[in-house]
Amino acid sequence: MDLPIYLDNNATTPMDPRVLEAMLPYFTNKFGNAASRNHAFGWVAEEAVDYAREQVAKIIGATEKEIIFTSGATESDNLAIKGVFEMYKDKGNHIITAVTEHKAVLDACKHVEKMGGRVTYLPVKEDGLVDLELLEQNMTQETILVSIMYGNNEIGVIQPVKEIAAIAHKYGALFMTDATQAVGKIPVDVNADGIDLLALSAHKMYGPKGVGALYVRRKGPRVKVTAQMDGGGHERGMRSGTLNVPGIVGLGKACEIAREEMASEALRLSSLRDKLEASLTELEESYVNGNKQYRLPHVANISFKYVEGEGLMMAMKDLAVSSGSACTSASLEPSYVLKSLGLSDDLAHSSIRFGLGRFTTEEEVDYAIEVTKKAVNHLRELSPLWEMFKEGIDLNSIEWAEH
Amino acid sequence: MAYSDKVIDHYTNPRNVGTLDKSSHKVGTGLVGAPECGDVMRLQIEVDDNNVITDAKFKTFGCGSAIASSSLATEWLKGKTIDDAMAIDNMDIVEELALPPVKIHCSVLAEDAIKAAINDYRVKNGLEPIELEKSHH
Repeated sequence: MDLPIYLDNNATTPMDPRVLEAMLPYFTNKFGNAASRNHAFGWVAEEAVDYAREQVAKIIGATEKEIIFTSGATESDNLAIKGVFEMYKDKGNHIITAVTEHKAVLDACKHVEKMGGRVTYLPVKEDGLVDLELLEQNMTQETILVSIMYGNNEIGVIQPVKEIAAIAHKYGALFMTDATQAVGKIPVDVNADGIDLLALSAHKMYGPKGVGALYVRRKGPRVKVTAQMDGGGHERGMRSGTLNVPGIVGLGKACEIAREEMASEALRLSSLRDKLEASLTELEESYVNGNKQYRLPHVANISFKYVEGEGLMMAMKDLAVSSGSACTSASLEPSYVLKSLGLSDDLAHSSIRFGLGRFTTEEEVDYAIEVTKKAVNHLRELSPLWEMFKEGIDLNSIEWAEH
Repeated sequence: MAYSDKVIDHYTNPRNVGTLDKSSHKVGTGLVGAPECGDVMRLQIEVDDNNVITDAKFKTFGCGSAIASSSLATEWLKGKTIDDAMAIDNMDIVEELALPPVKIHCSVLAEDAIKAAINDYRVKNGLEPIELEKSHH
């Protein structure tokens, strides 16, 4: 077993060697511009892009003409939200999203507000799921888009997208989903789920960084987005810019592998994840964050009460994980996702996200369990809060000096 | 962000972790910070009749730099007079531990904890608390 161990697969994933192999020729001898229509170099590149488009379409049950290649999910989110707003703003100016969305969605929505749009940021329930009744209450004749993520990047909960899509459509709005964490991990089908626009990214599913796609529905209804990048009119006019052929080939291959291996891989990962969670919640005062039934197979977000996440990570040497605590930021604000579940700030500060992946072994998980338990116990020995808890002192009864 | 060797040393082998009898009139306790902000320090000193700090203990909930700052503070406090202890400045801690700018608040908290412990001791022994400047908050 090599150290350190990578358990941050929701941040990014290592590239699968099979993906790299598929990409390599397109850096060197197959270097053509996919838009060069009049020679073989261009044709070879175009053919590779077309093939990748099919591979990407297949993993989400779409057709290849519905796939727009982008630089990643952030660009896809921006194109979808700003592009829909610009295209449909005469129909209505209202967009609904949720507070636990990725910053790419939230900040694109803020931009829409500056452009004269109105955005509703739905709170979520304690388990991280959107309240469908609340969503419906907020739908108006002006609502043109509902944008709710598929699987959450911090806690892994899976939103009831099918039900959300149905509500959006009932009021004549489009449904968009940021499926960056979900595609390649769990079955996603744009038709079964009623998705009109979907953002995905290669580097979260063992593909390269810097490439992603936006699915834009072509039938029932035919969806259009206003381009956010002006230029040569690539990607059916929706996204100009010379296509990143090696990246696109990599994204296609990553989708193909993920689709073939998803079922067995999800079982393997969820059993490892369950083992990790079961062992770590044997520790007193440790809690799993988010809905435990509807969630991605490879994420565990656990709060270890009375220890601080960043300090804890330092003791978890040789484990690459991430924390909901942000002691380094100027604001000292803990994760907004965890806070929106109603977690108190101290519990949000005490959280660790474990993100398992394709290359995670059981041996590594066992090691992670051991190291984490030791670290939590070590830090609790140092924690005045833990001592107070053990003495039965109610921490809420203390007047803390906010600083 | 990489931690300095000294932070890692104090974090891995923290000095003077523990608890003194806070009901003793010789012991001053300072509890600063807040769980919501992600750091809480409790620093305790034991003072003899000559105003010399004979023992110091801490417990800290916080990041590595916060733990190291309080560990270092207890090391420095032992053997100092109360007056000398009052003179410890947070920038001394920043310098000793090579804390980066984003971690300066950890040293501020340690300085606050020292002063809070001293004031607790003074009040317990019938002395006026020393007025603290709160400028760096």
